[in-house]
Amino acid sequence: MALLSARDIHKKYDDTEVLKGIDLDIEQSEVVALIGASGSGKTTFLRCINLLEEYHQGRIELEGESIGYTASGRRRKLGERQISAQRAKIGMVFQSFNLFPHMTAEANVMLGLTKVRGMSNAEAADRARHWLDRVGLADRRRHYPYQLSGGQQQRVAIARAVAMEPRLMLFDEVTSALDPELVAEVLAVMQDLARSGMTMVVVSHEMLFVRDVATRVVFMDGGLVAQSGTPDEVLHNPQTERLRSFLGRFHGIFGPV
Amino acid sequence: MDPDCSTFFCQAWTARWSLLEGLMVTISSSIMTIVIGTVLGFVVGLILTYGMLPLRLLARLYVDVMRGIPVLVLILFTYYGLAILKIGVKPYWAGVIALSLFCVSHVAENVRGAVQSIPQGQHEAGMAIGMRFFQRLRWIILPQAVRRALPPWVNTALEIVKGTTLLSVIGVVELLLASQQAIARNYMILQFYMAATIVYIIINFSIAQAAAALERRYAYLRY
Amino acid sequence: MIAYNFNWAVIWRNWDAFLGALALGLGLAVVSLVIGTIIGLFLAYARLSPSPWISRPAWAYVEFIRNTPLLLLIFFVYFGLPEIGIYNLDKIQSFILTLSGYAAAYMCEVFRAGLASMPRAYGEAAKAIGLRPWQRQRHVVLPVMFRITLPAVSNNLISLFKDTSLAAAIAVPELTFTARQINANTYRVIECWLTASALYLVTAYAIAIALRQVEKRYAVVR
Ligand SMILES: Nc1ncnc2c1ncn2[C@@H]1O[C@H](COP(=O)(O)OP(=O)(O)O)[C@@H](O)[C@H]1O
Ligand SMILES: [Mg+2]
Repeated sequence: MALLSARDIHKKYDDTEVLKGIDLDIEQSEVVALIGASGSGKTTFLRCINLLEEYHQGRIELEGESIGYTASGRRRKLGERQISAQRAKIGMVFQSFNLFPHMTAEANVMLGLTKVRGMSNAEAADRARHWLDRVGLADRRRHYPYQLSGGQQQRVAIARAVAMEPRLMLFDEVTSALDPELVAEVLAVMQDLARSGMTMVVVSHEMLFVRDVATRVVFMDGGLVAQSGTPDEVLHNPQTERLRSFLGRFHGIFGPV
Repeated sequence: MDPDCSTFFCQAWTARWSLLEGLMVTISSSIMTIVIGTVLGFVVGLILTYGMLPLRLLARLYVDVMRGIPVLVLILFTYYGLAILKIGVKPYWAGVIALSLFCVSHVAENVRGAVQSIPQGQHEAGMAIGMRFFQRLRWIILPQAVRRALPPWVNTALEIVKGTTLLSVIGVVELLLASQQAIARNYMILQFYMAATIVYIIINFSIAQAAAALERRYAYLRY
Repeated sequence: MIAYNFNWAVIWRNWDAFLGALALGLGLAVVSLVIGTIIGLFLAYARLSPSPWISRPAWAYVEFIRNTPLLLLIFFVYFGLPEIGIYNLDKIQSFILTLSGYAAAYMCEVFRAGLASMPRAYGEAAKAIGLRPWQRQRHVVLPVMFRITLPAVSNNLISLFKDTSLAAAIAVPELTFTARQINANTYRVIECWLTASALYLVTAYAIAIALRQVEKRYAVVR
């Protein structure tokens, strides 16, 4: 059974349908790269998985458990308690970091551990230290977000998410807001996570990273999955003109991926 | 007037206890009002932001009405109104109630503005690690909002301190009325009004200084 | 709940008195705003002056006014002026003097912020077309600054209007004073103060809505 399975997800903003029936299965330890032009619905899809957006049709299951809505009978949104518990199993990292500015790096990581996981402070501090170490910020534990560079902030955000030991991690263009010289350090952390067996869905325009790290690439177009396959298949054998022209934009910059 | 006591300082010394008492009334009514107004204003502010629709509209109506009526009218209304309804409260309390009604509306609006100025991403980051609404409010939103609400809150507090002078109109002997009573005895109009002015300026500057010190401590609150 | 029988006849009988008093308050606010705006403008330039001999006194004046209760200022001027030999101000003039001086301090802060936020380019462009410094202020800087600060000016007018209630303390027959008198004569406490409150409220919002229209008309496109 797939770790995550999304079936026929439809999402409307007012009257415009931005997701038009997404089907996607993600297996344990897969690293799925979501690529596609801006506005194709990548962010919206990730937000639906994490229940940050409601969707009016379709079903998402995590390890066989229906996420966000009742599994059978009339389609109803689950209660806040259940939804929160489900969100805790799915980590998400945002383009704009969204660190808590009134807390140190360590406190940012500890908050969910103590308030959601119910850990003691000592336990949580231990785990925070472990993960900040892992993302290379052992010496920045006591720093506030404004004292950190963008790359460091994003690494804290990743530590904050993975410290919760989620079953699945969602990354939404996490390097897009960074200065070019800070991108590599964040990608390195993500690569390290991928190697350790974390299941990940990554929206990214870093095609070299996608080619080297993803186990599967999914091309989204107009709110639908247009092509899906290994990096080799998708990046080197685009089946549609749209994908060809999308990929073409990256050639000039990096050479053919 | 006693010819042996014709200087301002001698007269002020003679009136020292009543002046001091007036000052205490000014300070205590200010503190009372600010405490009541802040606590209730905080709640009303949260209702303005997150309350269910009918409750929110009610809070909005309250705030907008209070902000459109002069404080002096609120004070007189409360004072005479409570009296005619045979609710026996001292003028001091009628005044504190009226000032609090005013204070609540201002604090509520400040709190709403501060809470709504926290980026949506903060809520979402809390959601993403599985925090529930009240947990997010308690640990993420309010700690930041409180710091943002501090500067307007200080302005409100200064307004309240100045507003306590209006209690003199319903016979509460606070600093202004105590000064006027002294003036009635010695006709040292300029001196006593000047002295009272200086006291108010000292109180207000102290509050402003304390707030500025607090704000400096919150330098880390940037995005 | 305590029984209270409403009797609105008293209010209708005194309706003209209410409206007249309201008009007086509104007039006091407008006059004070106009005078306060003129003085406030000079104060704002003074505060921005590079010379401390000019900027410091302006700063001191503004801080003095903003930290002193208005009621104290009203008494200070009303009872204090005769002490220094100025006898010929009646209570309305004395109140206007106080409220204007009070408004000037607040308007100074508004204009100071407005001048500070003026895009530099305006001044530079004016210089480029050869306007003299005074002409630059008169024809370029001030018109733009007034438009930028219009919302803050409206807020100040509403505040000043509400502040005219304090004139009651020196027996200026504006709305609060009138309401209090009718209250004392008739004992229709709730009707009386409800009416006064409603009149203040409606007028304050009417001013707000009217000035919003003006703001829209003169909005600065930036
Ligand atoms: N809050 C919103 N309200 C209305 N439309 C939205 C909203 N968010 C996104 N959209 C629209 O949904 C579409 C998909 O957006 P998004 O998921 O952000 O795409 P991507 O992440 O692939 O760039 C876009 O056309 C966008 O304009
Ligand atoms: Mg996006």
